[in-house]
Amino acid sequence: MRRIFSTDRVTAWATAALAAMLALALFVPLLARHDPLAIGDVLALRLVPPFGRDAAGAWHLLGTDRFGRDLFVRMMLAARISLAIGVGGSLLAAAIGTMAGALAAWLGGITDRVAMALADALLAIPRLVLLLVCASLWRPGLLTVLVVLGATGWMGVARIIRSEILGVRARPFVEAAHALGVSHWQVLWRHVLPNAIGPAIVATTLGVGNAILLESGLSFLGLGIQPPRPSWGNMIAGGRDLIVTAPWVALAPGIALIVTVLAVTLLGDRLRDTLAGQRAPFARQLGERT
Amino acid sequence: MQNEWSAVARRVADALVLFWLVVTLIFVLIRMAPGDPAEFLVPPTATAGDAARLRAELGLDRPLAIQYARWAGAVVRGDLGESFSTRRPVSRLLLDAAPVSAALGGISLLLTFLIGVPLGMFQAAHRGRALDRLTTLFTTTVYAAPTFWIALALVAVFTYGAATLGLPQAMRLPAFGIRTPGSALYGWAGFIDLARHAVLPVATLAAVGAAGIARYSRSAVADVLTEGWVGSARAKGARPSRVYGAHVLRNITPQLVVLGALSLPGLVAGSVFVESVFSWPGLGRAMLVAIQGRDYPVVMGATVFYAAAVIFANFAADLALPLLDPRRASLPA
Repeated sequence: MRRIFSTDRVTAWATAALAAMLALALFVPLLARHDPLAIGDVLALRLVPPFGRDAAGAWHLLGTDRFGRDLFVRMMLAARISLAIGVGGSLLAAAIGTMAGALAAWLGGITDRVAMALADALLAIPRLVLLLVCASLWRPGLLTVLVVLGATGWMGVARIIRSEILGVRARPFVEAAHALGVSHWQVLWRHVLPNAIGPAIVATTLGVGNAILLESGLSFLGLGIQPPRPSWGNMIAGGRDLIVTAPWVALAPGIALIVTVLAVTLLGDRLRDTLAGQRAPFARQLGERT
Repeated sequence: MQNEWSAVARRVADALVLFWLVVTLIFVLIRMAPGDPAEFLVPPTATAGDAARLRAELGLDRPLAIQYARWAGAVVRGDLGESFSTRRPVSRLLLDAAPVSAALGGISLLLTFLIGVPLGMFQAAHRGRALDRLTTLFTTTVYAAPTFWIALALVAVFTYGAATLGLPQAMRLPAFGIRTPGSALYGWAGFIDLARHAVLPVATLAAVGAAGIARYSRSAVADVLTEGWVGSARAKGARPSRVYGAHVLRNITPQLVVLGALSLPGLVAGSVFVESVFSWPGLGRAMLVAIQGRDYPVVMGATVFYAAAVIFANFAADLALPLLDPRRASLPA
């Protein structure tokens, strides 16, 4: 870990940005003078431009939306949900992928063929299309988004884990463990998996940015987090028809989104370069945006 | 020769099996959804008898195996069913929308490579220096931004921004639609009108795509630059434009072809958002409308269509690769 988080400036900035985002997401909605969901005097407060003051004299860093709600406070309330879904969705996908990949590699035969055929079929459908179809079949909401992100994002990790395990399986220490009488599943859990998990961690890190982007996309299209609960995607959607007259309503929430995804992507890139070197055989799969 | 054709045949078989898997998967997905499709198809005033009649009409009262066989058989014949809402054949509906998406995606993909590859080369050539760091930060930021945000930001710049700065009318671009509503422009004027409407959607898709391609080309070119023959080419006096334009480009071409096929899903995703933001009557928008209206035959049809495109692109890239790599005389088994 020391080597990863050493004096590298990009890593330092990215970590600082994420920490700041997390702190703001925790404290800004707590310290806000008004309930970020409540609608007050709409005519006096609505559509204040960034850095402007409303009719009551209150100052708004990023302005207000069409109902007079402070955009910065709402953006940070949305950050809680978007960050949680980004991390949660990516971890869920990684857990499913690790399990599927490990079972496929360890059991082989029909399990392997079925799991990999399913992964191939799912990968042939663009992930956004798959997400849209799944999200439309169930009632939109936080849980649906999480489950759907997990169900459509596990294939990459599964493939990586599978090929890593197939490589590790042939190493002498695995044979030694078997020879010493360690049970079949103990060998997988204690000896093989820990040696195969590295690339999957990189994929999961890069997956967080992807999950945040996909959640915002679903919410933007009305199939993700539903208003009045704010998420970055549905806040951008909420300002969509004001883009010509009050563009900050749609564009401001995007700043937090871009900073977060940028920071996660930079961290993931560094992690990949450190763990795998420049000529990572799986680099292409990891760099792909779905 | 014999060997090559059997390898091609195997690839075709693989692609067909994969397509069949996808068709099955889509069927299972739709059937896994809670609720009876007939329930929300009938108007709220319908009686139980109406729902039963509709169920029989759609074949929803038959065993699942029969339903599956029917759906798979129809897809093979190119019949994707009938739209619930418009009663038009789904294949017609998709084919009507496809040219808009194909033109939008095709032009954007071309621009993506024309911008992304030279940009990546430029970054690799200046690797680690200020110019590289600055442009890499820029491409990574664009890569991190959602497509719909970039689209809206461009709209804001060319409408709100242009108006605020008092720019002339010619600098303001139309933000929505594919043609000026109510206008009957033909010939040259019509083309100009269409082109002006296309600037922002194409720019959005090309920017997002080029950022990704530049990210990839930068590392691919940096790898190639470490090879000994780059030094030899320089030593014999080849100009940089020839080293990069001929030697380096030729060496990363196979990777770019694979990348082109792999970028199709991203392009599809991008076009869904772009068509939604700019109200372009393409496939992505048709699918969104169908999803909002629970028009399942259209949703399933569009999904099959997209999957077929992805499978075909990967198949084509697989076949093209050996032709591009002089070291590989034939397809690997």
